Amino acid sequence: MIGLWSLPLLFALPLALGILSLLAVPAWRPRLIFVGLPLMAAASLDMLAGLVISGPQVYRLGDWIAPLGINLVADGLAVGMILITTLVTGLCALYARVYLRDHPPSTSFFWPLLWFLWTGMNGIWLAEDIFNLYVGLEVMGLAAVGMVALRATPPALAAAMRYLLAALLGSLAYLLGVALLYGAYGTLSMAGLQEAAAANATTQVALALIIVGLLLKTALFPLHAWLPPAHGGALTPVSALLSALVIKASFYILLRIWLVLGPEVTPDFTAGLLGVLGAGAVFYGGWMAWRQHHLKQLVAYSTVAQIGYLFLFFPLVTNTGPEAARLAWDGTLMMLFSHALAKAALFLSAGNLILAVGSPQISHLIGISRFRPMSLFSFGLAGVSLMGLPPSGGFTGKWLLLHSALLSGQWWWLIVLFLGGLLSAAYIFKVFRMSFREGPQIDRSVTPPLTLDMIALLLAASAILIGLTAHVPLHWLRVGMVFGAV
Amino acid sequence: MDWNGLVLLSVLATSLVASGVILLLAESRVVLRSVFNLAAAVLKLLLVLWIILGVYRNVDYELRFTIIEGVDFILRADALGIMFVGLSSLLWLFTTIYAIGYLERAPNRSRFFGFFSLCVASTVGIALAGNLFTFLLFYELLTLSTYPLVVHRGTRESLRAGQVYLYYTLGGGALLLFGVVALHVLVGDTEFVPGGSLSGIDPSLHPLLIGIFLMMVVGLGVKAALFPLHAWLPMAMVAPAPVSALLHAVAVVKAGAFGIARVVYDVYGIEFAYSLGLLGPLAVAASITIVYGSLRALTQDDLKKRLAFSTISQVSYIILGISLFGPVGTIGGLVHLLHQGLMKITLFFCAGNYAETLGVHKISELDGAGERMPATSVAFTLGALGMIGIPPLAGFVSKWYLGIGALSAGMNWVLAVLILSSLLNAAYFLPILYRIWFRKRDRVWCEGKALGWFETSGWLLFPTLATAAFALIAGLLAGMPFSPLYWAELIVSREYLQ
Repeated sequence: MIGLWSLPLLFALPLALGILSLLAVPAWRPRLIFVGLPLMAAASLDMLAGLVISGPQVYRLGDWIAPLGINLVADGLAVGMILITTLVTGLCALYARVYLRDHPPSTSFFWPLLWFLWTGMNGIWLAEDIFNLYVGLEVMGLAAVGMVALRATPPALAAAMRYLLAALLGSLAYLLGVALLYGAYGTLSMAGLQEAAAANATTQVALALIIVGLLLKTALFPLHAWLPPAHGGALTPVSALLSALVIKASFYILLRIWLVLGPEVTPDFTAGLLGVLGAGAVFYGGWMAWRQHHLKQLVAYSTVAQIGYLFLFFPLVTNTGPEAARLAWDGTLMMLFSHALAKAALFLSAGNLILAVGSPQISHLIGISRFRPMSLFSFGLAGVSLMGLPPSGGFTGKWLLLHSALLSGQWWWLIVLFLGGLLSAAYIFKVFRMSFREGPQIDRSVTPPLTLDMIALLLAASAILIGLTAHVPLHWLRVGMVFGAV
Repeated sequence: MDWNGLVLLSVLATSLVASGVILLLAESRVVLRSVFNLAAAVLKLLLVLWIILGVYRNVDYELRFTIIEGVDFILRADALGIMFVGLSSLLWLFTTIYAIGYLERAPNRSRFFGFFSLCVASTVGIALAGNLFTFLLFYELLTLSTYPLVVHRGTRESLRAGQVYLYYTLGGGALLLFGVVALHVLVGDTEFVPGGSLSGIDPSLHPLLIGIFLMMVVGLGVKAALFPLHAWLPMAMVAPAPVSALLHAVAVVKAGAFGIARVVYDVYGIEFAYSLGLLGPLAVAASITIVYGSLRALTQDDLKKRLAFSTISQVSYIILGISLFGPVGTIGGLVHLLHQGLMKITLFFCAGNYAETLGVHKISELDGAGERMPATSVAFTLGALGMIGIPPLAGFVSKWYLGIGALSAGMNWVLAVLILSSLLNAAYFLPILYRIWFRKRDRVWCEGKALGWFETSGWLLFPTLATAAFALIAGLLAGMPFSPLYWAELIVSREYLQ
């Protein structure tokens, strides 16, 4: 049956390759991707084929049924996340193979960490019970911390340390919540919890712990302080992976748990509060991004801002009627996917620009539009999506969210989307303004390898394309979800 | 996708592909770039002529695909849209020729021509958009593609102008987006249909529709430079002359005016807009802009700045025509969309010629320029007299129809605005003509371009003469088939006979 060989492969393969590359000599580590990437791509595409042909699938590890065994669920959302992970991680890996050549051999630990990261992420996308989600979260989080530390400079280590503390604190809170739920209901599976959970104090405390833990890991304002140094200071392919995918994982868990438990169990104000925090993130992150002098810090703060949009999901989906809720779901996922593509592209093209001028300062980009039009073009395309200007995934997502906000009568979110777009335009054009300025000619502009430019361009172009063909991914993402029946 | 949809797509693709290829070409490939660019422009013009004939014979040109459920991407050629496409592709060809000469040996030409083509692609997209969503898509793309052109010189002043340009246009774009989304929530996908599609709506929603109309018109008014949303336009004059010519005669301001026409005629419907009482305030706003622009133009000494304020005033003629209820006023507004384009691009070309050849940017330095550059000066004179509205030039035709339209709509005060504005037009154009032709040259010009057989580079001179000739012919032969007036009448017959 389709999908059955590929599902275990999605964990087993990256895990095996991770261990293998740990054992290999540094020079051989990058070469493993030529084995791993085609296989991962094939497995991911097979999952898609399985979804298209036979709908959402449940896979029982070792054929044990639910309370005892581990269930893996491949519905539309999970398969979508697997595909975007394979695409972005694969491209970042190809980028890193070229990028890391000029870095000290110690950075070759990137490769085992990459595979472990991938294992953790795939685990999260497919897990059906809240404990396995925790396991995936820890594997992914530790690998991510290791990647931030790769640069081994004092600021990088400090950033990694902060990240580690935030990640551990977050998963600790999450785990406490899980323990409380298990103690109360004796089940870890989402379906089981949905049936059993009642709106009592235990559930509420457990859910509060889970939510706070996940917010910390997603770096939602005001719990975002660890993110800019970690994402902005890491090696370029690492920054791209962390911003595009890793923070999405904790959001994904939150989304799933909310749909199962949220509206019934939590007090009414919770959804609104999450939306308000999201709005705060949009404003604060955008404002801080605009104030940065360091290109990658700017991009990192842009992530803080963009996360905020995702959290508008909660007020828009809770008690708003089926049509508005479906639009909010579509809009949030469109935002999530286009941000994954656009932010990876933005980090990679920023890395290319930094390679070209040899300085991370934005003010050193004077006149760069003459020398590196390609890198700047990718930066611009990705920027279009982040600003939410058409034609792009960011625009389509914003359109859907606007639509949902108007339909549910929550007009105040319009202001967030409106000002958020203008703020992102301000920080994106800050970079452009500098690049168009005619100043003293830089003769030390070096040409990065063409591969690096092409990968950034490919990601940026995908962020645009996904907006133009949005109805196709959105259709499949709804398969097997509560929003499927529309 | 049928054959006609493919033709439509290729009109868009000619400039889009040209843009991509040019951006990738190395800076030094001058000949290849120019040949490619001109070939694309000519090809586009031929395709557009083909479609014009088709639209005339009522052939349907449509291309659509789904973006998200309930929202389609639609390109469609109707009489109104193809008129704007025709204007853009004709002027794209001339401006490209002109820009090749103007930017000879200047840096960053690949970037310039690449974004220039992208600008035209967006304009064509705006013109061919078949619903508000598609319109919005290209409307924002136009903002993005013009920014690099405004800041092209990379000086402090041009970067500042670019920033102001972004403040205005992105803000306006966001307002328009809200209007469009709100309308979408109310009535679903709003395709452009002659006579509009909103008149059947529940009367309790009318106040909401008025609010949405206001939001969209303010959003569009930014690009159309309606007072008090006009401040970006004179600042954007720091851009190179071909950009000013394109921005002012074709792309940006016309996109705004054209958008207002679409909203009034094809979304709300002129009769429904009239019954909601939306046209009167629009006419007032347009009239204020007309007079204000002309008054400000009087005091400018910088030639391009004076032309910019004149543009602010002239574009509002189009909006005034749209807001006059009745077929004659509509004809006046729509025909001015073409006439103003032809005349104003001529004037900007001439200003560029003076600046490039004689190094003259100020009106007070133009004394005796007619003797030195007779052909350019004749073209300038034709454009200026046309703007004032002297018969039989193109501007006269527009003003005649606007005047009659105002009377038949019962808005006699508009006539006073037209007369006042014509007097002001004369007051700021005639002194320039006087200096050019009747004053003696009183200074030494720094001669910019090396001279060949003509008074200036042929690349600069021929496009100028060609557009001047078009402006002249459009007025002289207004009664002939396929003249701007003829086409405007065709549109109006299709809009009003629903």
